Amino acid sequence: MNDLATLQQQIFNKFSQLKNKEDLENLRIEVLGKRGSVSKLFQDLATIDKDKKKEFASQLNILKSKILEEFNKYSSKFGQDELEKKLHSETIDVTLPTPKKPQGKIHPVSQVIDELTCIFAELGFSVAEGPDIENEYNNFTALNTPPNHPARDMHDTFYLDENKQTLLRTHTSPVQIRTMLNDKPPFKIIAPGRTYRCDSDQTHTPMFHQLEGLYVDKNVTMADLRGCLDYFLKKFFEVDQIKMRFRPSHFPFTEPSAEVDIGYEIKDGKITIGQGDKWLEILGCGMVHPNVLKNAKVDSSKYQGYAFGVGIDRLAMLKYGINDLRSFFESDVRWLEHFGFNANDVPSNYRGLAR
Amino acid sequence: MNITLAWLKKYLRTKSTTEQIAEKLTSIGLEVESISSAKSNLSNFKVCKIIKAIKHPEADKLKICDVDIGDGKITKVVCGASNARDGLTTVYASPGTVIPKNGMKLSVAKIRGAESFGMLCSESELNLTEESDGIIELKNKQNVGDNFFKENLDPMIDISITPNRSDCLGVRGVARDLAACGEGTFVQEKLEKIKINSKKIIKVEIEKESGCFQFGSCFIEGVVNKESPDWLKRHLESVGQKSISAIVDITNYVMLDMNRPLHAYDADKISNKIIVRKSKKGETFQALDGKKYTLSNNSCVIADDSKILGLGGILGGELSGTKMNTTNVVIEAASFDPISITKSSKELGIITDAKYRFERGVDPNSLEEGLIKSAKLIQEICGGKIGKINIAGSSTYKQRKINFILSNFKKLIGFEISKADSIKILEKLGFKVKDKKTSLELIVPSFRPDINQEVDIIEELIRIKGYNNIPLSEPNRVVLKSVLNYQQKIFHYTQRSIASIGYLETVTWSFSNSKIDDFFSEKKLRLANPISSELDTLRTSIFSNLLIHSKNNVDRDCKNFMLFEIGPVFYGNQSGQQNTIAAGIRLGNKIDKTWTEKTIKTSAYDVKSDILYILIDLGFDEKKLVIESKTNQSFHPGRSGAVHLGSAKGPLLGCFGELNPIILNQLGLENYSICGFELYLDNITEPKKKYKDARSAFVVSKFQVVERDFAFIVSKDIKASQLISLIKSCEPQLIISIDIFDVYEGSNIEQGKKSIAFNVKMQSMEKTLDEKTIEDVSQKIISSVQSSTGGTLRSS
Repeated sequence: MNDLATLQQQIFNKFSQLKNKEDLENLRIEVLGKRGSVSKLFQDLATIDKDKKKEFASQLNILKSKILEEFNKYSSKFGQDELEKKLHSETIDVTLPTPKKPQGKIHPVSQVIDELTCIFAELGFSVAEGPDIENEYNNFTALNTPPNHPARDMHDTFYLDENKQTLLRTHTSPVQIRTMLNDKPPFKIIAPGRTYRCDSDQTHTPMFHQLEGLYVDKNVTMADLRGCLDYFLKKFFEVDQIKMRFRPSHFPFTEPSAEVDIGYEIKDGKITIGQGDKWLEILGCGMVHPNVLKNAKVDSSKYQGYAFGVGIDRLAMLKYGINDLRSFFESDVRWLEHFGFNANDVPSNYRGLAR
Repeated sequence: MNITLAWLKKYLRTKSTTEQIAEKLTSIGLEVESISSAKSNLSNFKVCKIIKAIKHPEADKLKICDVDIGDGKITKVVCGASNARDGLTTVYASPGTVIPKNGMKLSVAKIRGAESFGMLCSESELNLTEESDGIIELKNKQNVGDNFFKENLDPMIDISITPNRSDCLGVRGVARDLAACGEGTFVQEKLEKIKINSKKIIKVEIEKESGCFQFGSCFIEGVVNKESPDWLKRHLESVGQKSISAIVDITNYVMLDMNRPLHAYDADKISNKIIVRKSKKGETFQALDGKKYTLSNNSCVIADDSKILGLGGILGGELSGTKMNTTNVVIEAASFDPISITKSSKELGIITDAKYRFERGVDPNSLEEGLIKSAKLIQEICGGKIGKINIAGSSTYKQRKINFILSNFKKLIGFEISKADSIKILEKLGFKVKDKKTSLELIVPSFRPDINQEVDIIEELIRIKGYNNIPLSEPNRVVLKSVLNYQQKIFHYTQRSIASIGYLETVTWSFSNSKIDDFFSEKKLRLANPISSELDTLRTSIFSNLLIHSKNNVDRDCKNFMLFEIGPVFYGNQSGQQNTIAAGIRLGNKIDKTWTEKTIKTSAYDVKSDILYILIDLGFDEKKLVIESKTNQSFHPGRSGAVHLGSAKGPLLGCFGELNPIILNQLGLENYSICGFELYLDNITEPKKKYKDARSAFVVSKFQVVERDFAFIVSKDIKASQLISLIKSCEPQLIISIDIFDVYEGSNIEQGKKSIAFNVKMQSMEKTLDEKTIEDVSQKIISSVQSSTGGTLRSS
């Protein structure tokens, strides 16, 4: 018995001195090889007395399994060491440049349309649309601007025929008419879209974008209009307070009409919207003229409401610090990459309008 | 409309400054565009003293003067005047000054090598006299550095008058509005009286449908026309009007004062009588502006027996106008049809102050007052005897009555206005008010053509009361409809999907250059009045603008990009004849060589991959997208395809491929093989099932997948899609995927044929496939391809 204990001790001492896989293999041959010290004891079993044989065999098997366990332990330890050594030698230059995946962008005008849609959706507005080619009636006459009205001169109109019957809409307001003619009140819509005027200089482009708003119901007041615009401007410019001024103006399709200014200041060459002692004209609005309601077959003795129109490109310029209106439409890919928005930046009420 | 505080004070008692007045004006809807000094240029002329004048070394007649202009320094000025001498006090103009006589702007100049900072002025250069011989000699008493022009003109307030407020095209109207809102008190003038001391009268006939309702005239005989007196000149000049002669200035003055256009005729140039009539086609007219106009048959003209004297309400004639030697004058104050004026002036391209006012509305009751005012002034300044005022025709003016229910103000605006306030404001604005307890009965003043109904009264009240009194109510969030309809959602999804695979979104005009756009369609949708010949047609394809802008980008050395636009294209010039299309292009290589990869050119397959990705992203089942090779003229006829839904006859969802080289050549883009796609969003219709209901159950097999490869040699014109559907049909239940991993033409392959290799995966829902089944399917595939296409198995 004692012999086995001593042998175990000797073998285990040798394990602790092993340095690598080869040493381990040598030890395996020395102990468990054909002529190994433990193998030999198994061979000797045949010569042992029957009554002692069982006892000894059992002891020997226990020893063997202990040794095997130790072998496995060292084998995996040396395997691990080797793998680690190998991995450390396998290096790459991670600073080498990789192919660039193209990064698509959404145009600022589209992004701002989505922002506006998100804001007005929260107030219950839905999106309406109308065609870019309009007839003279929807664009002017129905909007209380009869032929030869001086207000027509305020719009430099693109015509498609010499008789001036079809034209490219000069504002999004004809969508008001279409919406009201096609449905029954109440109406609560915004209409973003392309608009056209025959005008081109530093601050005017022959095509630009407007967003029309229309809310007609039984008791919609000018106070509601102010409240709505205050909400919209604060949300859009992402400020808690906004200085807003209503100024009387004239649009044939609203009465009373107002132009809306917002306060701003310029500090260190940067514009801050909402505060300050300077005023910036931002949109036109008013209460829908009873004549317009009549033209759109809405009973003006029962229904009233407000309408507003705002320049989308201008909003984009103000919010995102873009100085040149013309650059919006030049398709300069460097500009689009610079001012564009990631496809994933969808304005939403839970994630916010913008990052 | 330009006014000054000084002029305004004629009708308004106020102590406010110009700035305070301007702020008030803006707040009541008379928006002040600017406040400027009409003659600020004049303050550039300073009294100066020549300290020393020495002869210019390079020019005999020039002198270099050291001038004291009162700033404690010496200013060098080169001067050619013979009287420039040491110690002379004269007038100096600094660089930047505009010289009144010739309108030239001074700059620092080198005259024969000597720098000159400004100029010493002669009387003629300042339009003081005709004296041009030598510079002005002032008395020594005058302080060096003082302004030479003592008159400090009032700053000019430029008001942008909205088209409805014609009454404010006269100073009196502006004053009335200011007084109504509490800014000073309005000075009511008494109607002036004139003494009739001439029997002269001009006979006037107004023909029917002439475009003129009433024609008032006043004959003044024996006048001496002259330069206007200072006060009159100053009034006109302070609002930017040129002084011409006393008579003309007086008519302009009355017009600006009370929005009553007038015209003065030289009575001796009128033969017999005045006839107001419609023009005859082809008639010509020599106007005051020096131009000759040929008229059509619907302008209102003021004529005599033999000629046209003026275009009614628009412009006077040259022959009948007053001159300095005019001795007998006829003043006209008339009432014209605004529509007739608009039509004629547009047709002839004439814009005048009178036309502008008549179009917007001139008080039809102001004929007599205008004539009296002007006649009186003419008599005061030019002498003469005044004849009787003669008004021909009859007024079409009808007094308007409006019943204003007080509570309607609150109903529309959102807060209450008191009856007392309402009455006060309306009376000050010139309304006659009768209190009817809960309402007011109002008579609209004749100078307010814009007031027609109750809502106009409400606007007047809130305008004067102040828009900033309107309360701000919390917006309600009542939802009437869903925010976006299906088409609008598809628009947004498509837009974001395209951007997500690397395309840059752009926005271009809805019009384009016909030279390019005409390649895309036979439709020629020209604008009647394009802004330029390069933007003369409605676009029939988005590609036209994308390519034009691609060329610009290439010229900017950007030669590798993906660009898209989503928006309208047109197929007719009637309202609604438009489609919404998304189109994208790839320009440049798909992969530019790097240390890992070789250059790979962009091919039609890249845009095919893009369009399929987008359509699958939009929710289409890939299996239902059918690719056809017939496309449109935008594309290379052999290297493009179309995507249909369901079958080749199903809705056309999009096209893709290389863009037509013929078009690329036209733009000088032939060296960039540009590929593109178009998606026809209007052809995407709302599916019957909602997304939540459209998902099928999740069923997958738990048995092993088996793969087999096949390569066939087939005729070149056999399409991959044919072979795929052929293979699939052999065992639709077991074959779960078919991939093509090699397509080869060339050596070892017979001409006109190609080798095409498939990887076919099979899997059963019920069991592990055994060898025999696999072998059977394989044989089926081989024999099916062979019998249907005549192809042969190359290897398997």
